[in-house]
Formats: sequence, C-alpha cells, structure tokens
Amino acid sequence: MEVLTNGFLLGATYALLAMGLTLQYGVARIMNLANGEMLVAGAFAAFWAFTANQISPFYAVLFVVPLAFIFNWLVYRYLLTPLVRRAKSQGQLEVDTILATFGMSFALVGIMLMLFGGEFFTYSYLAEPFEIFGSPYGLNRVVACLASVFICGLLFWAIYTTRIGMAMRALTSNPDAASLVAIDVPRMSALAFSLGGAVSAVGGIMLSTFLTLDASIGVVFTMKALIIVIMGGVGDIRGAIIAAMVLGIAETLVASLIDPGLTLAAAYLLFILVLLFKPEGLFGRKAI
Amino acid sequence: MRFSDYCSLTLVIGLFILAALLPLIPDSDYLMSLALPIAMYTVLATSWALFSGPTHYISLATGAFYGVGAYVVGTGIEFIPYPVLLLIAGFSGIVLAGLVGIATLRLSGVYFVIFTLGLAELIRQLVTWIQNNFTGSRGLYVLTDITENYIYWQLIALTALVFLVGWLIKRSRLGFALRIIGNDELVAGHCGINSAGCKVILFMVSGCFAAVVGAVMAPRFTYIEPSMAFSPELSFQVVIMALLGGVHRLWGPLVGVIPFTLLWEVIASSFPTQTVLLLGVSFLLIVYFIPDGVVGRLEDLVKSMRLARPGSNRG
Amino acid sequence: MRFSGLRAVDCLSFNVRENEVVGLIGPNGSGKTTTMNLISGVFKPTHGDIVLGDRLISDWSTREVARAGVARTFQLVRILPTLSVVENVMAGAVFGSKRLWGRELNRYAIRLLEKVGLGEMINVPTASLTYINEKRLELARALASDPRLLLLDEWLAGLNPTELQIGIDLIKTLRDEGRTIILVEHVMDAIRSLCDTCVVMNTGSKIAEGSPQQALSHPEVIKAYLGEDHA
Repeated sequence: MEVLTNGFLLGATYALLAMGLTLQYGVARIMNLANGEMLVAGAFAAFWAFTANQISPFYAVLFVVPLAFIFNWLVYRYLLTPLVRRAKSQGQLEVDTILATFGMSFALVGIMLMLFGGEFFTYSYLAEPFEIFGSPYGLNRVVACLASVFICGLLFWAIYTTRIGMAMRALTSNPDAASLVAIDVPRMSALAFSLGGAVSAVGGIMLSTFLTLDASIGVVFTMKALIIVIMGGVGDIRGAIIAAMVLGIAETLVASLIDPGLTLAAAYLLFILVLLFKPEGLFGRKAI
Repeated sequence: MRFSDYCSLTLVIGLFILAALLPLIPDSDYLMSLALPIAMYTVLATSWALFSGPTHYISLATGAFYGVGAYVVGTGIEFIPYPVLLLIAGFSGIVLAGLVGIATLRLSGVYFVIFTLGLAELIRQLVTWIQNNFTGSRGLYVLTDITENYIYWQLIALTALVFLVGWLIKRSRLGFALRIIGNDELVAGHCGINSAGCKVILFMVSGCFAAVVGAVMAPRFTYIEPSMAFSPELSFQVVIMALLGGVHRLWGPLVGVIPFTLLWEVIASSFPTQTVLLLGVSFLLIVYFIPDGVVGRLEDLVKSMRLARPGSNRG
Repeated sequence: MRFSGLRAVDCLSFNVRENEVVGLIGPNGSGKTTTMNLISGVFKPTHGDIVLGDRLISDWSTREVARAGVARTFQLVRILPTLSVVENVMAGAVFGSKRLWGRELNRYAIRLLEKVGLGEMINVPTASLTYINEKRLELARALASDPRLLLLDEWLAGLNPTELQIGIDLIKTLRDEGRTIILVEHVMDAIRSLCDTCVVMNTGSKIAEGSPQQALSHPEVIKAYLGEDHA
C-alpha cells in the first residue's frame, strides 16, 4: 500500500513531464532530447528562488512558466523552424531535430554548469510528514502531486474542450489534413512546443521540492518522459497518464525492494517490455 | 582491381606505416598526446558511421560499449591474459549490440535513439549497484605494464581493421542491401532483404569496435570508475566528429576527427570549465551549417566546379 | 494459388493458375491495390487465407513472400534514386529466390535491361529517367528475381498512346514466356488483349469473374462502372 501510494505520488509528477513531451512530440512533431534540461532549468529556478529569495516554489511557477514559454518559443522559432523548412521528408526532420536537440541539451547543461556549478542541489521545503491511510508521507510529495494533478487536469480540459486544444488534437492525428481545415500549423506547432517546454519546467519545480538534482541529470528525465510517452502511445494523453502511474509505481517498487539507485533500470525494463510486445503503446492500434 | 586502386591501396598502407612509426620519433610525448586520441576517435567515429551512415539510425550509445569494454579489462585483468580480455570485450560489445538491436531495430529510428540515449546511464547504474552490493569497492585498478606506445599501436591496428571491415562490407551483399534500405525500405523488403537483420548485424560490428577500444584504453586509466567509463560526453564527441567529417564515405569521419581533436585540445586547456557548453555549441554549428559534413561539402564543390567547366565529361 | 475471404477487402476469393494472366479491375477505391498489398505481405489479412502453390503465406512478411518468388511493381513508381540503373535491377536478383553476385549478376542485369528496352540507358543517371523508363526499370527489377508470380499494379497507367502500345507489347512477351501475372489495370484495351481471366472488384468484393469478354459485359460490372441507369 505504501509503495502504491508513493508510486502514485511520483507518477503524478511524471504525468506532468509526459504531458510536456507529448505536446512537443505528439503535436509539434519535435523529438526533443533537451526536454530534461528544461526540467532541470525549472528546478534550478525554484531552488534559486527559494534559497536566495525565500520565495515558495509554487510562487516560482508564476515566473517560470512565462520565461520557459518564451524561451521555448524562441528555440522553436529560430532553431527548429529552419530544420522544419530544410527537411525533405519526415524521416529527415526526425534525424535533424534529434541531432539539434541533442546538441541543445549539451549546451543547456553547459550553461547550467556555468551558472550553478556541478554540485547536487536540494532545499528543504514542506519536509514534514503527512498522514495518508495511517502511514506518513512527505508533505512536499503530497503537495507536488496535488499540484501536478491540478495542472494535468487543466491541460486535459484545455485540450479536450477549447478550440486551440481541438486544433492541437487535429495536428496530432494528421498535420497535412489539419492545414487543409485552416489550422495554422506552424503557429500551432510553435505554441504546442512552447507550452510543452513550460509544462516540463513546472514539472522540474515539482520534482525539485522532494528530489536532489544536479545540472547533468536532465537526460534521465528525458528518458523517463520518452518512455512514458511511448508506453502510453504517442499523442495519447490518457495513455500517457496511465503509463506515468505505471512507471511511478514500478520505480518505487524497485527502489524499495532492490535499490534506489536502479530507478532507470526499472524504466528500461518497462521500455523493453513495451518494445517487444506493444510498440504502438498501451492503448494504441497498430498503424499500417 | 584497376591500377588506380593499387595506387590508393599503396597510399593507405604507406600512411598507416607512417602513423605507426610516430612513437619512434624521439621526444614525441606531446605529439603522442595528440595522436593517441586521434587514433582512438578515428576507430570510434568510423565504426559509428559504419552503422549510422547507411541506416540513418543515430546511435548515442558509443559510451556504453566503450565503458563495457573498459570494465571487462578492469574486472578480468588479474585473472585472464590481456589478449583474451580484448576478445571477451569485443564479444560483450557484440552481445550488447545484438540485444539492443533485436529490441529496437525492427521499429522506427526514434525508439532506437531513445534506447541508446540512456543506455550508458543504465549500465552505469547497474555496474554501480553490482559494485556496491557484491564487490564492495566503487572503482577498479588496472595495473599493467602496457605502455602508451603499445596502446597507440593497438589503436592503429584497430583503425586498419575498421577500415578493412568497412571496405569489405561496402563490397558485400550486406553493403548492397544497406544501400537499398537507405533508398527505400519497402522496396528492400520486396527484394527479399531482411532490413532489421542487416541493421542488427551492422550495429553489432559497430558495438564490437567501440567495446574493444574501451578495452584497449583501460590500462591508460589505471583507475576505472563508473562515472568516468560511461561518460555521455564520449558518445557525443563521436557523433560530432563523424558528422563533421561526413558519414557517406569510409574515410569521412577521419576528416572530422583530426581537426576536432586538435581544436578540442585547445578548448579543453583554455576553457576547462566550459567544455560541455562549447561541445554543445560546436555540435549545433555543425548540424546547422555543415549537415553533410566537410566531405559532403567538398564533393558538392567539386561537382559544381565540374559542371561549370564546359565540355567536361561526367557520368 | 488461391486468395480467399479477405476482410479490409471483404469476401474476395480467386485462383490464379500457373502461366495465367489474371486482370484485377474495378472502380477507384474498390480494393485492388489493397489486394496486391495483401498478397505481397505489406498488410496481413484479418481473415482468410492466401496460398502460394501449396504454402499458406497469409502471415508472411514482404521479405518472406518475395523470397518465395513473388515480385511486384508499385502504383506510384519506386525506383532507387541513388543507385545506378544497373544496380536498380541487380537489387532484385541478389537477395530473393535468385542469388547472383559478381560478373554474372552484372551480365544478367544488363540482359534484363535490354529486354525491357533500356539497353541504351545503362549509363544514364537514374534520377534523369523519363516516366516510362522508370516504369521499365521497375519492371526489370521485379523480373530480376525470376518470380513465380508477378504483380503489376497499374503498370500501364499514365503512359501516352505510343508508350502504352510499347508497354502492352512488353507484357505480352512476358505472357508468351509463360509468366504468371496478376495485373491491376484501368486500361480496358490492355485487359482485353492481355488477360486470360478477369476478376472485377467493387467496394472490396468480387462482383464478376471470367474471360475479359464475359466479365466486362456482366450487368453488375456495368452498374459498378456506369451507375444504375445503364444496367
């Protein structure tokens, strides 16, 4: 039971990361390998706000979201659009964006190393026990989980009820057809990419309240988010949320039964299972 | 073979002999400190391009294979003769590449990239876990009487081998199959080609070389630690160099390795704290401005010059 | 050979005898190309069997089907642009049921190019071939594996009248050699002069079968092509 609850608490934050990546990969069709660095940048911002200015991480969201949004918009506009234009085929674009975002991830790690150094950073926020079903859990974890659930809900609502959300869903299923029904594909992609980056940064803030991070850990979270998105089925938000829970619980299981240092192994194990048995995602149908 | 083939063969062999004679120059320590990484990255980048060039699958796992190779030597050096360890390292590379390949290479390239992206980190975690729980110590000492020069000669031999293997593959059915796959995978299937199988075999070749390089380099470290052996930067540098040179020719990566290693020597000594940032930036510059590599650029240039000259004979 | 009970293509069943040319015709969207894709292993049938000789090939991959001796051309031509003209043909003769290599392969490929009328084009860059020559090249590649069954998916479509006659004559020589061919075609003249049997499809199922004469005059067929009034 404790494992399940802990897994759920972790999974909710992972769902947030996966949503960020889904927006970037599912809608904007950019396989962003620098996604994890965005997350670490958000976490850094929260860390800085808390330790230097005593600002609660949840207020930090207020300035991190617009900043991350603008930053990602600039990245999309000036670094990725040229690649989209240059690409002769979808495959070419995939290779180019993978390489470009891989380069960006290193550049971002470099910038963060320069600004903050290579040490682990952590701060203590709401580190007091909170009781659920008679067992104590970190209050910071519970609050981060609730905040993540709230943000996921907000996104879910936006994507399934608003016009922009509908345009994004159209883009996910077929970009060519979307442009035929007067959806401004480049702008919508830019919007999805920027929004995705902002969501990832917020995910970083949530994680920073209870995890110890360092400048070069981004790649681990990129991996986890990617695995969740693939497990859930690319572009499938409900699938991603369930996959995030599965990963959260699997990681907590491995951490409590074997070793906390093996969480990535848990993610890989799930990944291999998905690749071997259901590469189209948990709820996906086989694409022909 | 035609006469020109014999000429280039002689030239290549001559260059290899020259490269092999380098350590015999007196007071060549500084020269060796440059030549050794150049030789190492040549093997890594060429074997990387052997797989990623024709298939367009980007492997970010060179560091993982390299680390596995280094660890094989580190673990076994006290009980097993060194040459046998090199074979075991190569074999481990083949097995690891085979497993990764079978899981991912049936599917689209994205799955493969993602899998290789975290592979080094995954193996690092596993090795650390095993060491913490079963062997008790974090690091491994590799104490041998293998000198720097000896390591260099091994790397030169490996370079020769990787070129030979690459040349043989290009002339084989496998090489022909890969060119067809690179053009149109559906047609390849209809011609009776097993695309996934070809890719897996090639990835195994590439992984084998990277693992052996790691094994060859292990004595140079004297002390091996997971975070050092499985560094993500190695995978990254290999990709940069191969792309800088160009992946469509066997000797393309070499053209990238030499200038980049020299440049890197300067950067690493002048800006030791900002290497990661500069690495990322130089990578972006390459992806944006010379996507086909230096060799691709040169070939375009040559082609346009030929077209510009009237009456030139092409085709 | 027997193909029966397909589902995306619904309720389709027909036989192809050895040395027979079967025409598969029907209005756009009737499932002809899907049928070709099912036979060649691009899609797997959800129901029903596809039998080649005495072997059930329903679940086989494109590679396995190709190795068993089925070759095809594509509705939208798929040549291999970075390979030379000769190499394009070689592609068909190296990995399939034929496994040639070296000088013999080269001679074989050139012979096939001459056969389809590309003898002059051996040294021309692949990317600069005209449409009909691309089609010829694709046919040569398909023939290179010496297939037991050849699938031609609208191979004659888009050719001008002169080219069309050349194309029809070319397929005729293949028929006279005793090749087994399934032909998806819209050109009725070609069907009449080339096919032994004709299978007419509409909305995924077979509506008529027989000699071209019989099949094309079947009332269901006229209805499918021209509408209710003409039946």
